[in-house]
Amino acid sequence: MQNYKKIEMIVGVFVLVGIMSITWLAVKLGGVGGIGSKGYELTAIFDDAGGVREGSDVLLAGVIVGKVSSVTLKDNEEALMILNISSEVKITSDASASVRTKGLIGEKFVRVNQGIEEDFLSNGDEFDDTESPINLEDMIGKYIFSGETP
Amino acid sequence: MMGVVVVVFCICLVENMIKTKNLTKIYGNVAALDDINLNIKSGEVTVILGGSGSGKTTLLRLLAGLETPTSGSIMFANEDLAKISQKRLYELRLHVGMLFQYSALLNSLTVYENVAFPLNEHTDLDDTIIHTMVTMKLEQVGLRGFEEMMPSQLSGGMAKRVAFARALAMDPQVVFFDEPTSGLDPISAGVISSLIHETTVKTRMTSVVVTHDVQAGLDIADHVILLWQGRIIAEGEAESVRLSKDPRVQQFIKGEPNGPIPFSRSQTAYIDDLTYKPGCVRLD
Amino acid sequence: MVDFIGKLGRNTLDAMTKLGDATLFALATLRLLFTSPWQGKHFVMQLYAIGVGSLIIIIITGAFTGMVLALQGYHMLVKVGTEALLGPAVALSLIRELGPVLAALMFVGRAGSSITAEIGIMRVTEQMDALEMMAVNPQARVMLTRIIACAIALPLLVGIFDVVGLFAGYLIGVEMLGVNAGVYIGETIDKIALNDVFAGLTKSIYFGLLVGIICTYMGQRATPTTEGVAKATTQAVMLCSVMVLILDYIITSFYL
Repeated sequence: MQNYKKIEMIVGVFVLVGIMSITWLAVKLGGVGGIGSKGYELTAIFDDAGGVREGSDVLLAGVIVGKVSSVTLKDNEEALMILNISSEVKITSDASASVRTKGLIGEKFVRVNQGIEEDFLSNGDEFDDTESPINLEDMIGKYIFSGETP
Repeated sequence: MMGVVVVVFCICLVENMIKTKNLTKIYGNVAALDDINLNIKSGEVTVILGGSGSGKTTLLRLLAGLETPTSGSIMFANEDLAKISQKRLYELRLHVGMLFQYSALLNSLTVYENVAFPLNEHTDLDDTIIHTMVTMKLEQVGLRGFEEMMPSQLSGGMAKRVAFARALAMDPQVVFFDEPTSGLDPISAGVISSLIHETTVKTRMTSVVVTHDVQAGLDIADHVILLWQGRIIAEGEAESVRLSKDPRVQQFIKGEPNGPIPFSRSQTAYIDDLTYKPGCVRLD
Repeated sequence: MVDFIGKLGRNTLDAMTKLGDATLFALATLRLLFTSPWQGKHFVMQLYAIGVGSLIIIIITGAFTGMVLALQGYHMLVKVGTEALLGPAVALSLIRELGPVLAALMFVGRAGSSITAEIGIMRVTEQMDALEMMAVNPQARVMLTRIIACAIALPLLVGIFDVVGLFAGYLIGVEMLGVNAGVYIGETIDKIALNDVFAGLTKSIYFGLLVGIICTYMGQRATPTTEGVAKATTQAVMLCSVMVLILDYIITSFYL
């Protein structure tokens, strides 16, 4: 009987550990209840969103560090993007954001270039410096219709 | 608890504990038992004798309700085993013990736990009372002090004695013994035999013993049934069977190789098989 | 040729008969869950033997699976410059596929084989008949407790397998191969949905039931001799492994 009590204890611990593992998977990775931190949000205002959509990647030094969580129109003339950045990644306060294309005609993404300041952007901050995409068609059009050699 | 009391009451009143009528069991197309009619009286030791393959173990398993007959009926304390529910069968079994040929101790439990098993399962008795009862049963079979051993550590004889203690744990009305003395040394065999005899007399229980050990069987029997090829060839008190004129009975009792019961199972003439015939070698 | 077709037909019929028999056996046994007395203590004992007994092997397998996934994944992804996706690659393959399947296969080897062997031996040594004669239903006491213990132990083991595998993968990916820790974790959290965790868990419950049913069935129907039990044990392990893989495909095709 003493033996059975011990076995009961061990089984209890086993079941507990198992359930904790499953819960951890569901909560941390599955995102149940939003307990798992998903990083922090930064805003960036562009003249032209250039085809970046919700869910597009945010790259820093060529590494994916976050996602675009929303793209909306601001004051009927500018594009406002909310970027969701991994909480482990720190971005300097004078960093710049630009819209780029993977390859020549590939997927659009937001590129972040670090600055030189010592302090970092935190949740809700805005990028000071943004660079809209170079529009190939615009450039070609400008060149043809200006009638001048650049 | 009321149910249990009623069952005990019923069982005590019955004169013929077990009755079979035209009992037949067929495996494949071989009749292991053919038209068996027998009466097992309460409070007696009934010994079923027979050689290997005579159907005696099948008969015991049928009587115990472990198998169902192909045809015929078994009345156990006036209840037809084929017609009662499983629940009722389990109720009846609370008053039935069985000693298996290879003891059949539960090998995950100690000797103590094995003997206490039926008590723990079916009674609400206090641990202290169960302890006393188990100790008494183990003392009866001379194994007090072996409580903490595992079945795998026991010799065949000891295991059988533990199994005996377990079979008696619930103070049953009927006990089935499957080859109680086979594979035991003479002393253990003698002890088991006398235990069967003594307990039957003392507790007025009904014992059904299946064995091929003629001497031990005849010594403890009140009633003997001799089986051969699935049929009863002799029945009666030990003395009358011993003095039977039937040559088959005499051959079996004396253990002679020659007689109406052939020892050799070969179907072909010996001399034919002795002679080497090229190309006729059977490889299968 | 005719002989071969005859044999094929006979074997097919044989297999169908066995499948039907096993299904009936499983249904009859699982029905006892509601009709027979609750086997709480014996169920806990089985959970100990089956679940806790398989823990070590599951942890070891889980750790090495996570490690090798990270290693292989890294060398593949780095070629196309997407090593940032290493985290989700490891996590997805672990949670959706390898966790449930590998854990189930190890479970078959460790717990399944011992269930078949134990039940077979209990029949050889007449312990099943002894239980029956002591008015204890062996199907409820021996079979049912094991099947239910399998169905509960395996999902728990898979949960542990996944967590151990994820940590081992993280160690290799981040500490050894130098993928950015934040990226690794962030991407993993981002790409894994609750649905993935759910799919893995559902699989493991089915696998547990399957292993429990096959192994108890094979033990119960083994020829009650030492050779019969040995043969049944081998067959049970083979049948379980194949069935786990087949069932895995079927469930996956439903979930994707």
